[in-house]
Amino acid sequence: MGITTASKSGALGWATLRLEDAVNWARAGAMWPLGFGLACCAIEMMSTQMSHYDLSRFGMELMRPSPRQADLMIVAGRLSRKMAPVLRRLYDQMPAPKWVIAMGDCASCSGVFNNYAIVQGVDEIVPVDVYVAGCPPRPEQLIHGILTLHERVKGESLTQWRRAEVERR
Amino acid sequence: MTIAQSYQAYPETSEWVGDIEQIKHLVSPRALTGETVLLNMGPQHPSTHGVLRLLLELDGETIVNVIPDIGFLHTGIEKNMEAKRFEQSIVMTDRMDYLAPFSNNLVYNLAIEKLVDLDVPERAQIIRVLVAELTRLNSHLVWLGTHAFDIGAMSVALYCFRERELILDLFEMISGQRMMGTYIRPGGVWRDLPDEFLPALEKFLEYFPPRIDEYEALLTSNPLWIDRTQGVGVITPEDAIAWGLSGAILRASGVNFDVRKAMPYSGYETYDFDIPLGLHGDVYDRYLVRVQEMRESVRIIQQAKERVKKVKGPFRSQNRKFVPPPRSELGHSMEAVIHHFKLWTEGFHAPKGEVHVMVESPRGVIACYLSGDGGNKPHRVHFRTPSFIGVQALPKLAQDHLIADLVAIIGSVDPVLGDCDR
Amino acid sequence: MHDSKDPVEAIRAQFPKACLEVVTFRGETTIYIDPPQIADVCLYLRDADGLRFNFLIDVTGIDYYPDEPRFAVAYHLYAMLYNRKLRLKVRLPGDNPHVPTVTGVWPTANWQEREAYDMFGIIFDGHPDLRRILTAADWEGHPQRKDYPLGYETVQFSFNFDEVNRYKPYAKE
Repeated sequence: MGITTASKSGALGWATLRLEDAVNWARAGAMWPLGFGLACCAIEMMSTQMSHYDLSRFGMELMRPSPRQADLMIVAGRLSRKMAPVLRRLYDQMPAPKWVIAMGDCASCSGVFNNYAIVQGVDEIVPVDVYVAGCPPRPEQLIHGILTLHERVKGESLTQWRRAEVERR
Repeated sequence: MTIAQSYQAYPETSEWVGDIEQIKHLVSPRALTGETVLLNMGPQHPSTHGVLRLLLELDGETIVNVIPDIGFLHTGIEKNMEAKRFEQSIVMTDRMDYLAPFSNNLVYNLAIEKLVDLDVPERAQIIRVLVAELTRLNSHLVWLGTHAFDIGAMSVALYCFRERELILDLFEMISGQRMMGTYIRPGGVWRDLPDEFLPALEKFLEYFPPRIDEYEALLTSNPLWIDRTQGVGVITPEDAIAWGLSGAILRASGVNFDVRKAMPYSGYETYDFDIPLGLHGDVYDRYLVRVQEMRESVRIIQQAKERVKKVKGPFRSQNRKFVPPPRSELGHSMEAVIHHFKLWTEGFHAPKGEVHVMVESPRGVIACYLSGDGGNKPHRVHFRTPSFIGVQALPKLAQDHLIADLVAIIGSVDPVLGDCDR
Repeated sequence: MHDSKDPVEAIRAQFPKACLEVVTFRGETTIYIDPPQIADVCLYLRDADGLRFNFLIDVTGIDYYPDEPRFAVAYHLYAMLYNRKLRLKVRLPGDNPHVPTVTGVWPTANWQEREAYDMFGIIFDGHPDLRRILTAADWEGHPQRKDYPLGYETVQFSFNFDEVNRYKPYAKE
């Protein structure tokens, strides 16, 4: 990135940057999460959203209820086998680029519940970008997970999403 | 059995499973001719307080029938607890009603203590009451925040969660965890209150009661709130009892039933508190009852705090057959080592028999049925949870209301889907 | 206001052949009832003066595998007027367990009996809507039976690393 400032004329000046950086900056700066709170982690997700640990400073002011308008799916809570097709359907409905954070132990690896009714880790069904451990993870841990995701997004290449789509076809 | 066989039972696809034949007998004949619309208020929805699926039969915007479909959070907790020893399975009870984890802990531990006939010292009883009432405050704050948020009063949610952070700090001081503390164990509590707890609690008790007045000032005489909630979701006392409702829903209809007064546990009969009752049984009355319950909880916490300063003593039973010895004893007592070894490898054994214990959780009556068979694992543990019964009563409450009223009714029933599905 | 009656004596007087056994443990009374008569007994307990068990707390299914009779259903009743709890139990055979429903007596039993059916396979005759409630609609088997496996995932060590990884198609690194 190169920045030049106008000399004493009061004009704003020019900044140059790669298109990739600009696009990734925009994507990371205002990533809209899908409100997919399932169980206890959803309460900690709500706490993270509220005024004490504010998520809107990262651009995630609102949880969009509709998957068509969301970029980020935070799977917060345990996923039961009955709910699994719903999760997959919502993931398919989200438009690319999309990311998934598996929040909590139950989403990452089924946590305390190693039994017939719980999917053993959400990565059986959807590709996960960041796993946040904890039962439930503290708001600071979730924010750390989100910032890790932002770092990852900033390092993405511009054609990555297009390539993935072409591969899937 | 490996995961392969259990997996075939329900492979993940993006196809929805279920068809009209299964629910034909639940909808009215008007739905089959197309006169009424069947709308799916799906498992992922901002106002359903979790993964609850409601199938609405609508005539315009009026609800003709509501068919709840639960099970999207079914965790098999009861079966999983039967595969673990008694003390190991307490961890799973936290995760059922995740807004009031210590009250689930309490009901399971009371059942274990009744089954094996274990004593609980007085200091532990007082700490249990303190923690249970803090949990009640915690749960009611989340209820008020989300209920008001659904109806449209968004600022109340921010205020409630701000107060809740203080309570979560208190929980973190005593149990190390903000939410799932697993603090209450058979015979007492896990460890004694740390030194910084009582000053923090006193600061909280000074700060909090004016906040309840703040919420009431925002909502109680607000004409918008009154229009949205008065006359909505009315249930008569006889119907409420017949449908098994309990807690604030029952008390808002005028029935004076609170387990803390009717069948007291943990020394509740020695505390001085009142039970708020409603008159009309609508959403507004349930709101008023719960807000008043918050005030009564503050009263109980103040009394418990005074008592816990005076009553010194053990924080857990000294019966070493069930309660592990403190680590300091292991250095110089052979018996302590043997007890420690036995409890950590095999656990304690419960006699053959069954018990049933009820506790007043913030949502209503939570009851635990525990049956032992002489082994070190529970033979059958079943929790009767208030949210399961509350969601069952939704069709009765929401008859002939509008969809907007349904959102208010769901909020007033206060279901927690982890509690409902277990 | 009628004086409260002892439920055991009242049931023995009204339904002499239904009351099979009475057990008292830790202050709680359990009455074993003959399965076909459970709905009548419950109706009597709800309406009779002096008993008035108007609140059904719980309907629980229990599996005593491998003892026979294998299943049991426990009903926990509460009388608000007299502040009294009672437990009724019926024992059912392992193959083809049928018991009449008590939904007509207390509407709250509807979903509780559906849960007992879903988890154990106990069939409640006369139930208005007996289908699975907690597991998915096309689930096979009854999960809380003792011979149904817990269905856990084995720990992923290096020798079975690939086998477990097959079920996690999207797990990278």
